Amino acid sequence: MRLDCCAISKQFGPHQALRNVSVSVAAFQSLAIIGPSGGGKTTLLRIIAGLEIPDAGYLRIDEQPLDFSEASLLLHRRRIGTVFQAYNLFPHLTARENVMLPLVVVHGLSRVEANATVDALFERFQLSRHADRRPAELSGGQQQRVAIVRAIAIKPRFLIFDEPTSALDPEMTAEVLDFIAELRDEGRDLIIVTHNMGFARQVSDQCLFIAEGQVLEAGRSIDVFGRPRNPLLTNFLAKVLRY
Amino acid sequence: MLMQASGQPVARVAWIASWCLVALLAAAVFSFAFSQLQYGWNWQAIWHYREKFLQGWLITVALSASALLASLLIGLLAALARRSAFLPLRYAAMLYVETVRGTPLLVQILILFYVVANAFGIENRYFVGVLALSLFAGAYLSEMIRSGIESVRDSQLESARAIGLTRAQTYRHVVFPQVVRQLVPPLTGQFASIIKDSSLLSIIAVSEFTLNAQEVNAFTYSTLESYLPLAVGYLLLTLPISLLSRVLERRFYFAT
Repeated sequence: MRLDCCAISKQFGPHQALRNVSVSVAAFQSLAIIGPSGGGKTTLLRIIAGLEIPDAGYLRIDEQPLDFSEASLLLHRRRIGTVFQAYNLFPHLTARENVMLPLVVVHGLSRVEANATVDALFERFQLSRHADRRPAELSGGQQQRVAIVRAIAIKPRFLIFDEPTSALDPEMTAEVLDFIAELRDEGRDLIIVTHNMGFARQVSDQCLFIAEGQVLEAGRSIDVFGRPRNPLLTNFLAKVLRY
Repeated sequence: MLMQASGQPVARVAWIASWCLVALLAAAVFSFAFSQLQYGWNWQAIWHYREKFLQGWLITVALSASALLASLLIGLLAALARRSAFLPLRYAAMLYVETVRGTPLLVQILILFYVVANAFGIENRYFVGVLALSLFAGAYLSEMIRSGIESVRDSQLESARAIGLTRAQTYRHVVFPQVVRQLVPPLTGQFASIIKDSSLLSIIAVSEFTLNAQEVNAFTYSTLESYLPLAVGYLLLTLPISLLSRVLERRFYFAT
């Protein structure tokens, strides 16, 4: 897929999250966005996900400009799958009901069709045993996997992951990252913000480094990780890869 | 054998033995109190008016049930108004909730009936009675509903947005189901309160359970015989509700 950001700015109170960001990623299947906390990467991701409206600038996804009216953003959000850091699932619904909710309510499937979809997906991703449990009865890793299944169940144009493993312990992190890598191998387009550099490097073909509200480096992941040019990026990688 | 930490399961034998002990103790205290009383019991006079008791009891049930339904609606509207972006509406809801919760129901009934209803030419005291009760309970319910709505975390609203639910769909499928689950136990408690509070409607001559008992007392001069069935009649309603609330609490419980 292709992503073009043109002069995007976003301010939260006194904090300038994005300063006049312009960047084009011409062809990618999997894009990783990395950078220090508070640098603006999550804000950019949320704008791409249709969850945040920039103060200025515009965005094109696959050559199509994104219209920032609430009505078109709603349609936009319905066509992509977004997974957050934690608490994606609704606590009063079972895993199955969580996945069914958007299928039935938003995408107009009958309950029978939605059930069949859920069965097939849970079967494929070894979640069948947990289908009738509520989120509180699932481990953090299982919750994230159910959330990812909910995101792919609607057959999205692409997937967005916002630090999907930050709230998990190492073992569960591996479980979720394996799942995301599997989706990448299936050929799904995805954009991921992550603190896990090893994973970012392995899963993505293109990479953006965002710090201080600006894209300081963009390019093929091999180059961004292998031959960083920007001193801030060199510094950042040295720091996060030290341990 | 009669000891068990709170929150731990209780053995059947211990349960029966303990309840028997409590019942015996209560019976001992009250039978002593009543035996000290120099009182000529006259149950026959009361039996004569059994129809009147039953009628009043049924009226109380009907009044309370209507007030519960109306108070749910009022409470929901007030809770939504408290969260409205339109400030006058938000402050009106605040004024309503704080005034009603800060004043005695007795005063509210009197003002509503003798001043407000009178001014607007409403003469049906049953209607005014139900209105007073539901306005009173609605203020408490609105706070319960509001805290229920606010307990649904922002992260869930964000998830709802991300999967493409509209605002209305978010309320319908995410917020309200959770609010209802949280609301069921306190709601049953509220229903018990409404039933007891409805006795205050006797002051505007709504012919409910308490007023009928008062009238029987006036006819027969048998005070205790009139009021003891009153207590039993209310317990008959509130006790099952309180038990029901405990069952529902367990049924609707889910960890967040």
